[in-house]
Amino acid sequence: MQELSTDVLVVGGGPAATWAALDAARAGVDVVLADKGYCGTSGATAAGGTGVWYVEPEPAAREAAMASREALGGYLAGRRWMGRVLERTYDIMNELADSGSYPFPTGPDGRQLRNGLQGPEYMRRMRIRIRRAGVRVLDHSPVTELLTAADGSVAGAAGYRRQEGHGYRVRAGAVVLATGGCAFLSKALGTDTNTGDGALYAAEVGAEMSGMEFSNAYGIAPEHTSVTKTAFYSFATFYQEDGAVLEGAASQGGRSVIARALLEGKVYCRLDRADEAARAAMRLAQPNFFLTFDRLGVDPFTERFAVTLLAEGTVRGTGGIRITGDDCRTTVPGLYAAGDAATREEICGGFTGGGSHNAAWAMSSGSWAGRGAAGYALALGAGAVGRAVSPAGGAGLRPLGNRDADAREVIRAVQGEVLPYDKNYLRHGEVLTGALDVLDETWARLRSGLHGTGREVVAARQAAALTANARWMYRSALARTESRGMARRLDFPEQDADQHHRIASGGLDRVWTRPLTAVAA
Amino acid sequence: MIELVSPERCISCDKCIKVCPTDVFDRGADGIPVIARQSDCQTCFQCEANCPTDALFVAPQTHPQPPFDELALAESGLLGSYRAQIGWGRGRTPGSLRAVGPALGTAPITS
Repeated sequence: MQELSTDVLVVGGGPAATWAALDAARAGVDVVLADKGYCGTSGATAAGGTGVWYVEPEPAAREAAMASREALGGYLAGRRWMGRVLERTYDIMNELADSGSYPFPTGPDGRQLRNGLQGPEYMRRMRIRIRRAGVRVLDHSPVTELLTAADGSVAGAAGYRRQEGHGYRVRAGAVVLATGGCAFLSKALGTDTNTGDGALYAAEVGAEMSGMEFSNAYGIAPEHTSVTKTAFYSFATFYQEDGAVLEGAASQGGRSVIARALLEGKVYCRLDRADEAARAAMRLAQPNFFLTFDRLGVDPFTERFAVTLLAEGTVRGTGGIRITGDDCRTTVPGLYAAGDAATREEICGGFTGGGSHNAAWAMSSGSWAGRGAAGYALALGAGAVGRAVSPAGGAGLRPLGNRDADAREVIRAVQGEVLPYDKNYLRHGEVLTGALDVLDETWARLRSGLHGTGREVVAARQAAALTANARWMYRSALARTESRGMARRLDFPEQDADQHHRIASGGLDRVWTRPLTAVAA
Repeated sequence: MIELVSPERCISCDKCIKVCPTDVFDRGADGIPVIARQSDCQTCFQCEANCPTDALFVAPQTHPQPPFDELALAESGLLGSYRAQIGWGRGRTPGSLRAVGPALGTAPITS
């Protein structure tokens, strides 16, 4: 067992984690970043590319930016948060450009285009930056549980260094969870590291979730492949098996038509609305989009190809750990949440945060959480790392019964309830209730019998996290007896003015939900 | 999924072992990385992008494929194509400098 101590521990390795680590370090404290995979390649951003919600500070432009998703999100976002995210994102993107930390392209008007980032380049350079700032990076070191002090505040974490083959503990003044959302191991691009671990660990120390009903984002990809780059499918026409156009199907506003058709058979697609200029621009903007086609030997502009919808859960949904302050604190002292691990309702409401908003949120919330955690640790003083700590992990680590559950079997059971379009995408109360029964039973079984040791502890904890996330998701979806944002219900197709509130959720052996009636600010 | 590690091209730098976010590789006895946990591969192409000798090939399918012929892949230009496109490697221009995307209209860009 390796023992470390630090002021701020950041859990995760994507954009939110690296911004948290960087801004904590710049606030003058000692920082350790522990990532499940490799900081620089882990997570949904590094594998892809993303638009960024970068808007010039002109009142009309900012107003339009804030208004653009408000109705789509069911009016659950908050103008004050949108304003501060736009402001912080603008500063951060300019800092990346002005410090030479990211090579932005130049647009047709001769000005730099600062509204997008290629994932591999962005995250490679963020890794370099945090190391230069003195952050100690632990790669392939999945955190498996939080540690708490006697007063219940979070005081570090324990994990497993899977390439070294031993456990470790980090005692810390404060912890930032930036572990990403939960995409249920669907193999959507870059999301298999995002198994909702942070939400499980947060719940085990008493933190709450919010917006978990906004968790049924599905991305379009060529059948049997991983690259979900849904924006480019705005150039698509979708076809039925017999070659007829699939009426009503679209990347935006017609994806449920695709889901319904996929339940019946195959759906084909051709990006036949892209002209020559758009085709060339797409290749330059997102080369990874074309990897799939080049290697399948398909020309997506002239040939039809079969498509699928891959679950992106809360990665492109907006639900996550509930934050209760401008510094992204949670309801638990010493615990902060950032990026997709946290709820993004503050800026997206119930609409997808995919693309520009999640990227802006990751850097802004990461930056705030890092500073917040640094301030908290500094206030605790030097005695912080000497506190007596207890491990907070339960399911998969400390089974309550005989050790007879299998992580892979648990994962398959959860996937069977959350991946199918006719359960999670096209939601109906009766179906959700049945699925939740299975998930509750799965939880009882794993809480009693799931036990991992060595590197298997990581698989066991991931299985527990997937199950916990799925239960908050469906419990929240059942609590919202209306259709709002992406949380649509076949049995309640209308938006209900009396349910204009967010829904908190939490609990493990007993899952609960509660309306958050205070209006968004 | 990761399908090929070319022992001829590999220089045993361990970079793929280090950067794979889902820890798919183990170090082989001869220094050449072994695809030890292929089912954990998430088809993110990052090992390929980071390989300095274009010794790796990730097929686009998320399930295992029949063996690929290295020579044919090399001749088709697919070995190392992602690394070239993002402009990584000596003498190349970062792809991000050229990443001027298409106009996507007024709909919110969500991915």
